[in-house]
Amino acid sequence: MSDLTTPQGNPDGHGSAPAKLGYSPVADIPHKPRATDTDPKAARRAERQVASMFLLSMLFVVLFVVAYVAIDKTSVVYIPVMGEVGASNVALGFTMGMAILLIGTAAIQWAKKLMPDVEVVQQRHDMVSPKRATLEAEANYERGKEESGFVRFRLIRRTLIGAMVLFPIPLVVMLRDLWTPTEYTEGKSPADLLSTTLWTGGMRIVADGTYQGEHSETDSGGEITGEPVSPDDSLAHRPIRPEDLPVGGLIAAIPLDLPEVEHAEGNLNARGKAAIILVRMEPDEIRSQQGTGWDVEGILAYSKICTHVGCPIALYEQRTHHLLCPCHQSTFDLADSGNVVFGPAARRMPQLPIGVDEEGYLVALSDFEEPVGPSFWERG
Amino acid sequence: MTTTSPVEKVGGATATYVDQRVGSNKFLSRNLGKVFPDHWSFMLGEIALYSFIVVLLTGVFLTLWFKPSMAEVVYDGSYVPLKGVLMSEAYDSALNISFDVRGGLLLRQMHHWSALIFIAAMAVHMFRVFFTGAFRKPREFNWLIGVGLTTFGLLAGFSGYSLPDDLLSGTGLQIARGIVQAVPVVGTWAAFLLFDGEFPGTEFISRLYGVHILLIPGLILALVTIHLMLVWTQKHTQFPGPGRTNDNVVGYPLLPVYMAKAGGFFFIVFGIIALVGGLVTVNPIWIFGPYMPDQVSAGSQPDWYIGFLDGALRTMPNWESVIPGVGWTISWNILIPALVIPGIIFTLLGLYPFIEAWVTGDKREHNLLDRPRNAPTRTALGMMAISFYVLLWVGGANDIIAVAFDLSINSIIWFLRITLIVVPPLVFVVTRRTCLGLQRRDREKLLHGYESGRILRLPHGEFIEVHQPLSEKDIAVITAKHDYAPLPAPDKADVDGVRNKRYRAQMLRHQLSEFFYGVNVPKPSAAEIEAGQHHAAHDAAIEAPLHEYEDADQIHTFHGGVLHHPGMAETNAEQLQQEQRS
Repeated sequence: MSDLTTPQGNPDGHGSAPAKLGYSPVADIPHKPRATDTDPKAARRAERQVASMFLLSMLFVVLFVVAYVAIDKTSVVYIPVMGEVGASNVALGFTMGMAILLIGTAAIQWAKKLMPDVEVVQQRHDMVSPKRATLEAEANYERGKEESGFVRFRLIRRTLIGAMVLFPIPLVVMLRDLWTPTEYTEGKSPADLLSTTLWTGGMRIVADGTYQGEHSETDSGGEITGEPVSPDDSLAHRPIRPEDLPVGGLIAAIPLDLPEVEHAEGNLNARGKAAIILVRMEPDEIRSQQGTGWDVEGILAYSKICTHVGCPIALYEQRTHHLLCPCHQSTFDLADSGNVVFGPAARRMPQLPIGVDEEGYLVALSDFEEPVGPSFWERG
Repeated sequence: MTTTSPVEKVGGATATYVDQRVGSNKFLSRNLGKVFPDHWSFMLGEIALYSFIVVLLTGVFLTLWFKPSMAEVVYDGSYVPLKGVLMSEAYDSALNISFDVRGGLLLRQMHHWSALIFIAAMAVHMFRVFFTGAFRKPREFNWLIGVGLTTFGLLAGFSGYSLPDDLLSGTGLQIARGIVQAVPVVGTWAAFLLFDGEFPGTEFISRLYGVHILLIPGLILALVTIHLMLVWTQKHTQFPGPGRTNDNVVGYPLLPVYMAKAGGFFFIVFGIIALVGGLVTVNPIWIFGPYMPDQVSAGSQPDWYIGFLDGALRTMPNWESVIPGVGWTISWNILIPALVIPGIIFTLLGLYPFIEAWVTGDKREHNLLDRPRNAPTRTALGMMAISFYVLLWVGGANDIIAVAFDLSINSIIWFLRITLIVVPPLVFVVTRRTCLGLQRRDREKLLHGYESGRILRLPHGEFIEVHQPLSEKDIAVITAKHDYAPLPAPDKADVDGVRNKRYRAQMLRHQLSEFFYGVNVPKPSAAEIEAGQHHAAHDAAIEAPLHEYEDADQIHTFHGGVLHHPGMAETNAEQLQQEQRS
């Protein structure tokens, strides 16, 4: 230790000890001694401060273990500003944080108050290698080139390059089976799959009764409102009659078959394409739609999946009939063929032609006539 | 001080044992006293490093409980509102970590917070390195590694918050898939390969998991290691100051001061992350609910570092082309904001050190940092890039802003579409003028000393403002500036009339060099500085006898006679009185 502290007492920077260590003190920076340098009492006080922080750190570790064992994982406490929070998490985070933080503050206090605060100098050297090393490296390279015959044996050189280029190919080829078609997708191209949904002529439309979660409370806000009318329980998973949907209302809906198909396929892929919304407006408010007579008494069915990058669309403004995507704010006018009125989406919202079956329930007349969801290369 | 404790004896024996096998003492002899320069801004990179260590540590713990599977299960944990709900195993296990593993929520929140801090610290560290010119020779590789680290940091973050399979994370993946699908020619197939078919499929989370916990952290760890090794071999840069040259390092030795400070700082960063993880909620996945491809919540926001991409997607006009005949679709509205703009940003970022070196023709090693004002064009380019980024970022929060300030989303988007083009050049001009103004001020200070604010009337009636000589430190800092001259214009042909084949490239280089260095306030010569500081010292010497008038009456009389402007009289009298008291 004594060697390292020498520079302090060595203002001219020519002492033998620091030179050996590779650095010397900076002579021309005025150094003001700290209280801890001159006053032994101050130094002892600093020592006590550092030691107390280490002690407190140990105490917090004990408190952490106590909190881990004693606090029930479900108990909740009220803390001002933070509100109702999980007691265990707050206690564990606070005790662990303090235990770690105090080690840090103790070390910094130690360094700042009790370790030397005199800056020292060390020389740098350019990164470039000495000329001799470069020459030796070159000579070695030349020798290797000569001995291997890399230049002389032209055939070897060319076949080597060929082999090196080809050998990663198996690794790439094997990636093909990242997508393994199932019995439902066998023989279909990606473009085919993206262009068709579960909807067929006569398929009944049922209200979507899946879990909506607490997130729905954040659905409204600001100028654009239009809380999606969550289907009341009596409607969930039931076929819909035109009279179930009041003018100005919106229902999220799915094909009747969807739960079965999801169960059979073991994934949610069909839902990602078939989800629709039904909105009802006065028939004379409909300025245009994608096909004649695709509505039922002012009820229109549109895809729920945004044509921009595929977010489900949830925000509907009744007054303007605008549908707004919460992800990137593409806005579609449902009273005007679902055309884009604002935002980054390039394509209109696909409309599903609907009618009423003999029992008076809403049904699809056919599948969508254009692909739903985001664009893709083969879409056209 | 030479007494050896039993612990030290064991330590010494161990050192010898290891040394005989790996020769470690050679390394220790060179490096235990290695000098590190001190500056607050050098801690930014440390924060990035330490928060990365915390991410790794907490991440390893999370893998013990997290199940990266999209298989459906019915939730049956402690969180009552979701009891009985069908969800993926991934979301189920993330909920269990949050509610049924003691300290699990703490680990999850520490992991998320330290990831946010990691990326933020890398960004700010990058600003420091850019604006001080620390990326110049010999440190260009480390700059490139830094750009790589930032890119992988973004990917690590995105892949991480996509794993819990809550509604928000699934929405992010949906958007990512939409972007992949927009890639010309191969996009559709790439999306099908990545997701094992259509969206959302059942495989993606487990695939992403391997990427998130092995591939990306492995790459980051490898790059961080090289980054630190290079910092170590090349030695840290330092700011100019007395005794600091391009050929030395002034600071504190590794043992003990730097080790205590850096080691202590690790614990401070770690401790603060633990406190924040305990006290501040982040990504409350239980509120979002499980992912369903037909549901979404309003105000969907990515983590902060993806905000610029989301903003770009939101701001882009809705352009799309279909190639007639073949029916191929090019989604400019997605390609430009999601792939082209980030591609350009990161490419320019990576190439910048090489561009600047080419333009300046500067081949020297740089170990002394630039003050940002002394590289006005670089500083202005940096600020221009930052303003562009910040505007995109604002775009990413346009819905939140619209609600908070009761504005129309449409007008925010239009505002951004215009400002993204107009504001960056304005920022460039303003920044460069500001830098030149600061340079001019530095020059003034060197030539005349700094203004003390005290007005004196000399016995023969002349008024002067007293200038004080600069401190050694100020002079060292200001005079460290290097004045570059723009490269000369090339000749079209040499004296013999032979056409210069490289004329165009040389002309471009000349023009860029003019652009970089055409504006500059030259540093005064050593003689001018000497004279200026001498003058200031002379001023101070004239003023000195004033302080000898300890009799208050005399001073008041003196000043009452000199100063005619009442306001000024008051100020100066007050100042003098203050000086008297002290």
